[in-house]
Amino acid sequence: MSFLLRFLIGGLVVCAFASLADTLKPKTFAGIFGAAPSVALATLALTVSQDGRTFAAEEARAMLAGAAAFAAYALTCLELIARWRWTPLRATTASLVVWFASAATFWFLLLRSR
Amino acid sequence: MRIRFDFAALCRSKPKEYAVRFFFGGTVTLLAGVVAHYCGSSVGGLFLAFPAIFPAGATLIAKHEERRKRKAGLDGKERGRLAAALDTRGAVIGACGLFFFAFSVHSLLPVLPVAAALGLATLAWFASSVLIWRLR
Repeated sequence: MSFLLRFLIGGLVVCAFASLADTLKPKTFAGIFGAAPSVALATLALTVSQDGRTFAAEEARAMLAGAAAFAAYALTCLELIARWRWTPLRATTASLVVWFASAATFWFLLLRSR
Repeated sequence: MRIRFDFAALCRSKPKEYAVRFFFGGTVTLLAGVVAHYCGSSVGGLFLAFPAIFPAGATLIAKHEERRKRKAGLDGKERGRLAAALDTRGAVIGACGLFFFAFSVHSLLPVLPVAAALGLATLAWFASSVLIWRLR
């Protein structure tokens, strides 16, 4: 039941931020909302109610490494789209490898022992 | 540069496009919960910053721009790609703001009510992102 709730809340929060981004101009400003903390907002309140504040705060610490991976991902996308002239679909899909690789590296270097 | 709202843009997205965003966002959130449950907070937390909005957003922006230019009798492929590149530049800035969000949640959650901690952290994300966008 809680997994279904997570799915529904996550879908709604992501749609809300994406719709807000659609309405905003200029595009560089709207793009900020592409990196909105939608998954975190949808997840953390539920996590606190199920696993407690300490667990949620630890998740937020690990999120710092996830945010660094997101920055590496977005920079790779920018390079592929603007300089290498890849289509956005191809660039955003292929660059997910960068997110996973960066997240794994940061986890290994900073979080593994915790 | 002035920030404007264009609510007509909401009508440009098709129901199928909203459904894709909903499904992808829901799946990533569900995945973050499952990973945290089975692998612990240090792995699950990484997925709180998984790109859930951006891939579909950048692709749709390019598609919409392309469609608009094609209606005017032009080949909109290049224009669509440029629009997506601008959107991506914004996502890089937003990703920097995610650091402030995560740091704020980590610091505030143990001492404030959940709603207040998440609200202030969202404010930190937005304020830092806007500041970087203004200074760029």
